[in-house]
This record gives sequence, C-alpha cells and structure tokens, in this order.
Amino acid sequence: MRLRLQVNGTEREAEAREHESLLTVLRERLGLWGSKNACEQGECGSCSVLMDGDLVCACLVLAGAAEGRDVRTVEDLAAGEHLHPVQRAFVDAGAVQCGFCTPGFIVATAALLRDNPEPSDAEIREALSGNICRCTGYGKILEAVHRSAAQGYTS
Amino acid sequence: MTIAPPKTRLRGVVGESAPRADAPPKVKGEFLYGSDLSREGMLHGATLRSPHAHARIARIDVAAARAMPGVRAVLTSDDLPTREKFGLMRADQPVLATRVVRYVGEPVAIVAADDPEQARLAARAIKVEYEALSAVTDAVAALQADAPKLHDPKDGNVIEDVRVVHGDPDARADVVVEGEYEVAMQDQAALGPEAGLAIPGQDGGVTLHIATQWLHEDLRQIAPCLGLPEEKVRLVLAGVGGAFGAREDVTLQIHVCLLALATKRAVRMTYGREESFYGHVHRHPARMWYRHGATRDGRLVFVRATIVLDGGAYASSTFAVVANAACFGAGPYRVPNALIHAVGAYTNNPPTGAMRGFGAVQSCFGYEAQMDKLAAALGIDPVELRARNALENGDRIITDQPIEGSAPVAEVIRRCAALPLPPRRSSNDPLELPGGAGNLTHGEGVKRGVGFAVGLKNVCYSHAFDDFSTARVRVERDQGGVVARVHTAASEVGQGIVLVCEQIARTELGVQRVIVETPDTTIGSAGSSSASRQTWMTGGAVLAACREVKAELAKRARGRRLEDVDVAELLGTPVERVVTHRHRPTEKRNDTTQNDGHVAFLFAAHRAVVDVDVDTGLVKVVQIATAQDVGKAINPLAVIGQLEGGIAQGLGLAVMEEVQLKDGAVRNASFTDYLLPTMLDMPPVVCDLIEFPHPDAPYGAKGVGEPPTISSTPAIVAAIRAATGRALERVPVRPDDIVFGTSSRSGWRVVAGDDPRGAERVR
Repeated sequence: MRLRLQVNGTEREAEAREHESLLTVLRERLGLWGSKNACEQGECGSCSVLMDGDLVCACLVLAGAAEGRDVRTVEDLAAGEHLHPVQRAFVDAGAVQCGFCTPGFIVATAALLRDNPEPSDAEIREALSGNICRCTGYGKILEAVHRSAAQGYTS
Repeated sequence: MTIAPPKTRLRGVVGESAPRADAPPKVKGEFLYGSDLSREGMLHGATLRSPHAHARIARIDVAAARAMPGVRAVLTSDDLPTREKFGLMRADQPVLATRVVRYVGEPVAIVAADDPEQARLAARAIKVEYEALSAVTDAVAALQADAPKLHDPKDGNVIEDVRVVHGDPDARADVVVEGEYEVAMQDQAALGPEAGLAIPGQDGGVTLHIATQWLHEDLRQIAPCLGLPEEKVRLVLAGVGGAFGAREDVTLQIHVCLLALATKRAVRMTYGREESFYGHVHRHPARMWYRHGATRDGRLVFVRATIVLDGGAYASSTFAVVANAACFGAGPYRVPNALIHAVGAYTNNPPTGAMRGFGAVQSCFGYEAQMDKLAAALGIDPVELRARNALENGDRIITDQPIEGSAPVAEVIRRCAALPLPPRRSSNDPLELPGGAGNLTHGEGVKRGVGFAVGLKNVCYSHAFDDFSTARVRVERDQGGVVARVHTAASEVGQGIVLVCEQIARTELGVQRVIVETPDTTIGSAGSSSASRQTWMTGGAVLAACREVKAELAKRARGRRLEDVDVAELLGTPVERVVTHRHRPTEKRNDTTQNDGHVAFLFAAHRAVVDVDVDTGLVKVVQIATAQDVGKAINPLAVIGQLEGGIAQGLGLAVMEEVQLKDGAVRNASFTDYLLPTMLDMPPVVCDLIEFPHPDAPYGAKGVGEPPTISSTPAIVAAIRAATGRALERVPVRPDDIVFGTSSRSGWRVVAGDDPRGAERVR
C-alpha cells in the first residue's frame, strides 16, 4: 500500500505492506535509522516516537495506522549541530554508553518534560519504565532527566 | 625562532569526567549500528534453525525455497566451500549443521532474498526431515558414562576439566558448612541485535561491517570457513549496541559473507529478538557443591568445591570459563587448603560462552553464600568474617599465585560497609514497596534485609595466552591545527574505550584535538573487548605509541622543551608510530593449577538493602552500595557508569533474569518473557572508587567492567535471606522460592571437591 504521513514536519510517502510496522517504514523505507529495533514487541522503548503528540512504540503501530498522522522521531530534536536540551543533558550526564536505547529515552524524556516540567524521581522512574537500558543501570539517565528539567525544557 | 603561543589548559585529560565523543551522534540518532547499515540493492539474509535438541538430518529439500520470488541463494551444508568448522577456543561448530543437529536453534540453512520477508518465508519453505536422537540437557547427567556422546566419544562430553589443589585438601576444621548452589542461564540481552553487512569485493574477497567484540578473532574463524586467505576478508567495526560477552563468538558473520559471495551482492543480516536468543551464547548455568571449614575464631581452613558448568552443544569459551570458576572459586580470601574441581560439559542445550564476569560470577554466588553460612555457624558478623580473611598484598590465592601490585580487599570491604545506608522505610505507599504499581501490599508483609558480598576476578587473558594490543598514533597538522589520530582495532561496545584512548593521547601528547578512528583489520589485533582488559591493553598500547611519538617530537625540537615550542612547527611531516603492547607473560595451567596464571586481580564489595514482601515473594532492591578497586579512574564518570550498569546486570541475575529451558528449547525468547531490570527495578547506587594504582597498568588503571556483576548478585540474595530466613540456594530467586522455600537441589549427590563424573543420582 501507499502510505502518506507527516514525518518531522515534512509530508512523506512510502510503500508499505499491510503487516509492516511504522518502525519498518521509518527505518527501511524513509532511511530514518534513529528509531531502534531492539525487541520489536513494545517492551524496550528503543523505537519511541511521537504520533500526533502521543508517545508510542513505532514497532507496535501498524504502518497503515500512521496514515495521515504527524510523526516525530529523534531526528526531529536537534537543529543541526545544536543539540536539544534533553540531548545535551544525556551527553553531559554520562547517560550514553552503547547508545542503542538512547534515542528512545531522549524521545520519551522530551515527552515527559513537555507534560511534567519538574518530575520527581518516582515520576521519572514511572514514566521511563517502558524504556530498557542494558548498559547504564539508569543512574545517569535519571540524572540527565533532572538536568534537562533544571535547564528549563523548551520544545 | 617563533615563540610558542600561550597554551590553553587541555580539557579532557586522564582523570577528568570528559563527555564521550560518540555521545552527540548517539543522542541525535545519527550513529549507525550494525542493523542500520544499508547499501543500494542489498539483499537480506535469513536462517533456518533446528527445532530439535538432538537429531539426525535425513534429508533437506530446498527446491521450493529456491523457486520463491526474490530468492537469490539458498545454502545448506552441501553448498559450503569448505568443511572447516569454527569456534572461539575449539573449532567444533559446523557453519551449517551437517548430518546432525545438537541444539534447538542450530543453523541448518541460510537464504538471501530481495527483502527480509521473502528471505524469512523462503527459509520456512525449506523442508528438513529429522530423525530425533536422545538428548541430554542436564550437565551432570551428560558427564555420566551412560549419557549419549555429542562429539568425540573419547571425551565423554567433557569440554574442560580443571582441578585446583592447594595445600592439604584433606585438612580438617572446627566448623564446617556445606551447600549445593545453582546459577541459571543468563542472557547478555544487548539491545542491539546481531547484525552485519557483507559486501563482495572485486578480488573475490569480502568486506564485512560487523558489530563484534573482537574483529581479528572473527577474521581468524571466518576466513577458513569461506575458503579464503585472511587478506581477502576485511572487517570493519559497525556501531555496537552493547555486547557483554555475547559478541565474542561468531554468530552470523560467516553466513552473511557466504551469501554475499554466493550472490555477488551486498547482503545484510539482522537477527530479530527471538532469533537473537537462539543465535548467541549465554552465560553458563552452574551446579556447585561447596564445603568450607574454619577455626572457631573465624579463620578459613579449607574450601572444597565441585562445579559443573553447562557448556551447551558447542565449546565456545567454556575452557576459560571453567578455569575462572575454579581459580577464583574460593573468593578473595586467604585459604591455606583447597580442592576445587570444575568441569564444563557438552549438552544439548544452547551453547554457552562469555558473559560479563565469565566463570567468576558463578562461583562467587557459591562461596559468598558459604561465607554467610559460616558467619552464622560461628556467630561472627558476616562483614567481619570477610575482613578477617581478606587477601593482602603478597598473600597467595588458591592457585598459589601471590597477589602483587595492589590487593585492597580489606579496604573495599571496610569502605563499602561504611557507605551510608538508605533511610528506613517511611511510607506504606505501594509504589515504594515490592510489586510497585501492582498495588500488592501496604507494607504488612514487607521485611527489610541487608546483605554483603565480595568478589575477585582476573583482568586480561590468563594462562600463557599471547595477549596483546596494537595502536597507531599519528600527530599531524591540518586546517584545524594540530591533531592526533589514534587507530586501534579495539571494539567500542559502549564501555568507553574510545574515551580511554582519547584521554590518554591528549594527556601524553598535550594535543587537544584527538580523533579515535573506526576500528578495522587494517591494523593489528587489539584483542577482545572482554576480560575488563581494553584499558590495560589498548590503553597501554596507545600510551606506549604516544610516548614514542613524543620522543620523536622531542628530537625535532632540538633541545628545546616541548612545552616551550609550538608543536605545529615540528610537524612539517607527520609523526606516526605503531606499537604492540603486551602484558607480562603468564604461566600455562598445570595439573593442579598451582602457578602464576594471571596478570592481576580485580576486587569489589557490594552491600544490598532489600524490601521483601514475604506474602507474594516479590523483592524491591532499595539500595546498592559498592566499593571497587579500580587502580585509577581514567574517566570517573565512565567508571561509575560501568559500576552501575554492571550492578544492574547482577540485580537481574539475582531476582529476574533466566533463560528458561525445557528439553533444550528456550521458553522465553523475548523481552516480554525474559525480564530485564527497568528504571523501576534499579535502586540508587552509592559508589566509592578505590584508587590504588597498579604498577603495570597505564596510569595504574586496572579495568573495571566485570567486578560490578560478580558480587552484586550474592549481596542481593544475602539480603533476601536476611529478610526472609530462606536458604535461597539458586539464582534468580523466584517468588516461589521465597514464599514456599522451594528446593533447587539437582537430585545429584556430589561430595564437594570430588569428580562429578562419579555423581550419584538420588532422585
């Protein structure tokens, strides 16, 4: 099927099969490799994107369900070399090791701070519990979220 | 003579918590991992795997698969260019199963097609007729005379057999405790799936972009299986999404190259998560029988143990895992008499190999449980008992090797125990209690417990292995001024070796701009990103190369001090040096394992605080405190990242993570069913880095990756025991173990220290 959707503010068209996910379309058809393919069943959050502003796992969204929707991926956040405050905080706090989970955490954190600019530890843990990191043990990620909040997140 | 411009202070030298150069592309989603690689017109590979734990292959029919749309190649064992086998330490694994399959998930055929879906469907359309053979999936049973033999019948399914005989193994003691312990199979669960892109070359060779821990070892195994000389196989490191040991072994490397060579097209292969569970080796499950003896005042007299490790269907690194389990099987304690008998067995379970902690994890769970039993029997505080027996500099471990350089065991114990405890639980908010948002308790059955554990492990390769790393350092001038380029084959798997190389080069050369180039096989081997060794080895190689570069610069400065000159002025031609760095030689293991087999040792202590709901058997880890001997923290922030990350994996093994097997098949090959710690499971970690520099290591930095995973697990289980009073002799601890005290006994009677080939079945 022919799919039409807004990706990062641009109208895009892509060929997709009925059973394929939004993640496959983003990665394999549109060349947006930032959303990652770690579990492909919605457990790890590595493919987190915003669809019409809602945080979703792109691997759980059928491509057809994204028809006509507004999709924002991790690639939408930085302006060239200028990192988004959440990205900057992850770099500075040492929250990145292998980095495979990082794009998903960045998108999920941006969504959290949009809705709750000053989250507590417990709120951060709850909000990011759908994202798995195998490298860091989460301590530095927690710190990065606080840092981005302190810097005043602006979307 | 020009006057040198005033030098600005260097940012990001050794000892600073500098940010990673690869972090900006990673946070932007621009960093390309193996599964992100693509090439115009590339094909996609898929693998057909065995559904049987042990079977004879009677017939394979690929006609239907070959006729499917988009299919470009279907290869079975009959199509292979050579009969070569592969394997990390023993070449016992066929590239594709030949006549027999030995585990569920063993590759039988591979396919390349225009898209991944066509490849998967074609693999499914291959018809294989199997004749089932009797399978052995219990490692102790595999060692008995009546077990089916999986490889060479002479070996009786023994992959490796290591005995450590120290002092008088028959020594007697006032107080004796014993126990049987089990460690289940753990998955490395790196988030990045196995992935590679193979591109055939004009010369009949192939270039492979691959996420791996050790490019040159992959090359050594790949080339013969392709029937190519090593010069015709070029490897380039793709972005690695975590490794933790799972990328030490060859998975799809040979397959993807074979498909590229057969089709003369670029081919990408990426495992999905389920396939990943079958595609890579896991941590060895272990059964351990321990017996400890001590004097009444709490001095260890002897340790005896029998350790059986399940190697699965192929050997992988079982040899070294068995040796580690044995060598470190008595812990970081002064033990005058010991007998440890460790055996790794072939079974029809999925193959096991490297995972963070590598043998030391398994035995630490056993000996630390024993230390607590001993403390209880003696009426001595468990921390005090450990401190009383702590190894000191010059003491010998049970392999009779003296510990030299630094052995701050008492220090890690004392400083870990001194770290602040978390506050008492102040609320009965279910979110703060075991079960969390499941809302399972309001605190009525919740008990708090504190546990402590200490561990040790070797750093670098042991037992006369020729361990080296090669580094090229080049200093030159470009439009941006002076730049230092560092090239090694060391795999950046997330641990931060890129930082270590960069910070060392910056410090040594006084050059701000350092570029660490992509690892590949055009330079000499760096060895694996494993055994906590890259800082010591590749860091050491970069340090040595920098010092040679500096010597050349000094020569060019003609008597002036380098600090006083503009280095750019000396770089009319670039300066480049390539250095291969080796650590001091180690001795081969002898029959009783009494020799200097290791380079140096790493130590850490962990204290865990847990809340346990004794009614539901759920555990909430409240805090982990750790003190670790790091020698010197090249980048403290990155070191803490290693500690916290390693502890998370130790927590996983303690209470969550298990590859569940039934008749050799993985029952939970997904992240839905294989539980990994999330941010809700992982507590705050309090770290104390102990810096006693090791004289042989670069800046004294000893390597930090593994100890966090070794003693965190037993500390957490000790805390659960303290909270519940249950024996808890296996990990992961399951809710049933806590609520009902379920026994995890194997049903084999083994006298600790005896040969497990004489085990007696008691049920």
